[in-house]
Amino acid sequence: MSSVVSVVINGTTRDVPAGVTVAAALLDEGVVAFRRDLHGAPRAPLCGMGSCMECRVTIDGRTEQRACLVVVGDGMRIESTR
Amino acid sequence: MTPRRREVDVVVVGAGPAGLAAAAVAAEAGRRVVVVDQSPRAGGQIWRHRDESALGRVPRALLARVASAGVTVLTSTTVIDAVSPRQLLVDGTDGAVAIDTAAIVLATGARERFLPFPGWTLPGVAGVGGLQALLKGGTSFHGKRVVLAGTGPLLVAVAAALAHAGAHLVLVAEQTPWHRVAGFALHAFTNSSRLRDALRYRWAFARTPYRTGAWVTAALGGDRLRSVQVHTASGSRNLECAWLGCAAGLVPNTEVARLLGCTVRADRIAVDHLQATSVPGVWAAGECTGVKGDAAAIAEGEIAGRAAAGDERGAMSATLLRARDDGRLLGARMESAFELRSELLDLAAPDTIICRCEDVRRDAIDPAWTPRQAKLWTRVGMGACQGAVCGSACSALFGWPANTVRAPLGAPSCGTWLIGLTPSTPPATPQPGQPALGEDPHRDRVG
Repeated sequence: MSSVVSVVINGTTRDVPAGVTVAAALLDEGVVAFRRDLHGAPRAPLCGMGSCMECRVTIDGRTEQRACLVVVGDGMRIESTR
Repeated sequence: MTPRRREVDVVVVGAGPAGLAAAAVAAEAGRRVVVVDQSPRAGGQIWRHRDESALGRVPRALLARVASAGVTVLTSTTVIDAVSPRQLLVDGTDGAVAIDTAAIVLATGARERFLPFPGWTLPGVAGVGGLQALLKGGTSFHGKRVVLAGTGPLLVAVAAALAHAGAHLVLVAEQTPWHRVAGFALHAFTNSSRLRDALRYRWAFARTPYRTGAWVTAALGGDRLRSVQVHTASGSRNLECAWLGCAAGLVPNTEVARLLGCTVRADRIAVDHLQATSVPGVWAAGECTGVKGDAAAIAEGEIAGRAAAGDERGAMSATLLRARDDGRLLGARMESAFELRSELLDLAAPDTIICRCEDVRRDAIDPAWTPRQAKLWTRVGMGACQGAVCGSACSALFGWPANTVRAPLGAPSCGTWLIGLTPSTPPATPQPGQPALGEDPHRDRVG
């Protein structure tokens, strides 16, 4: 396994360390809003372990995926609400 | 469509210390064992890792034992329904699977308790263990200003981990007053390895003040966190930071247990001397039966795993019982020493969001309402997390009992849930003395 994988974050291709979670990749990329609440306010990971549901993003077209529970894969397409 | 099926002797829910120990001993006794865990790797929260070489001796040995005993570990897999003590419906990377089993061991661990305060929904505000989980997931905290506020030994361990990762720790705030921390330390440190750990941790963040009797009263910022307001003995202070790790201790995960109808007392799964729950065929071990640390969780897991495999004599080994007793005593001391102060229960302002999934503000909830009325009017606790976060807040603010549990757990896709609802065989016959489906007041079934 190579030490970096290439993922597409909100349309931009980025190399990120292999083995990190999608949440880590987004945070290190400076993504502030993983999702937005009903009033448009940004939300980001709270619990980091899959119970709070605040880090939900779209991964490879599947909506409502918990970014903290998914490890990045080569070619993965990740969309937050921006 | 019907779910794919799988038949085993023992299903273990949770791949932390207790679950792995239970799985290893049951498989070594010749049982077919499956472990399910929603994380991408086995280890639970305490042994969360990116690379196995980073793990200590105990977890590596246990993982090796699990592998050589022939246990199947299904990671990235969430229990979405506990159909009966003989069938769990899980959702993994390949969709829904119905697992038929003779026994279930619940080792669902604990999560952090969050109590709302102004600004707690800002990006940059996470839990104490939450920050540790993000760090272990690969998030970089190098050079970032971090404030930690929480309670108990976890706070100190996370502070050390962040300092090691190059974070600029501004303050570590422990809500408990100094004399209680000292009293706990006096007992805990009669064990020399605990004393060694504590000193090592404190040394790691030696340059950062550790303030007792201190807690966060507000988080401030626009689009993300810029600073926090901290109450300390010497007055209120405003500290600039990029991250706040803030939580109010730990709370056992009891959702699957409650779906099965297991008795839950004082927020933890009630178990007997063999770790058996009130429902025949279901055992529980580790933090979901009360927080007590990894050593005792392993012992409880072994007891539960042996009992679930039918070896009740082996389950009563003196070594296991001693390790369990030690952990329970420590857990009880920890709970009384780090009791939450009342100020933390009431920090939310009228416009503070209580239910983060459904955006319900504190002033939208009439304290005179019953939980049911509040749900009907506001949808509090009815969002994606199903009250996992706001349940504690509502108990603290309004005195409500634990949130009702209903399937599906873990927010599966509609397609998965529809497949899961399609019965492929007649429902299992309830055991004598055990509630039939629909009779249990703790669960509401759909469909």
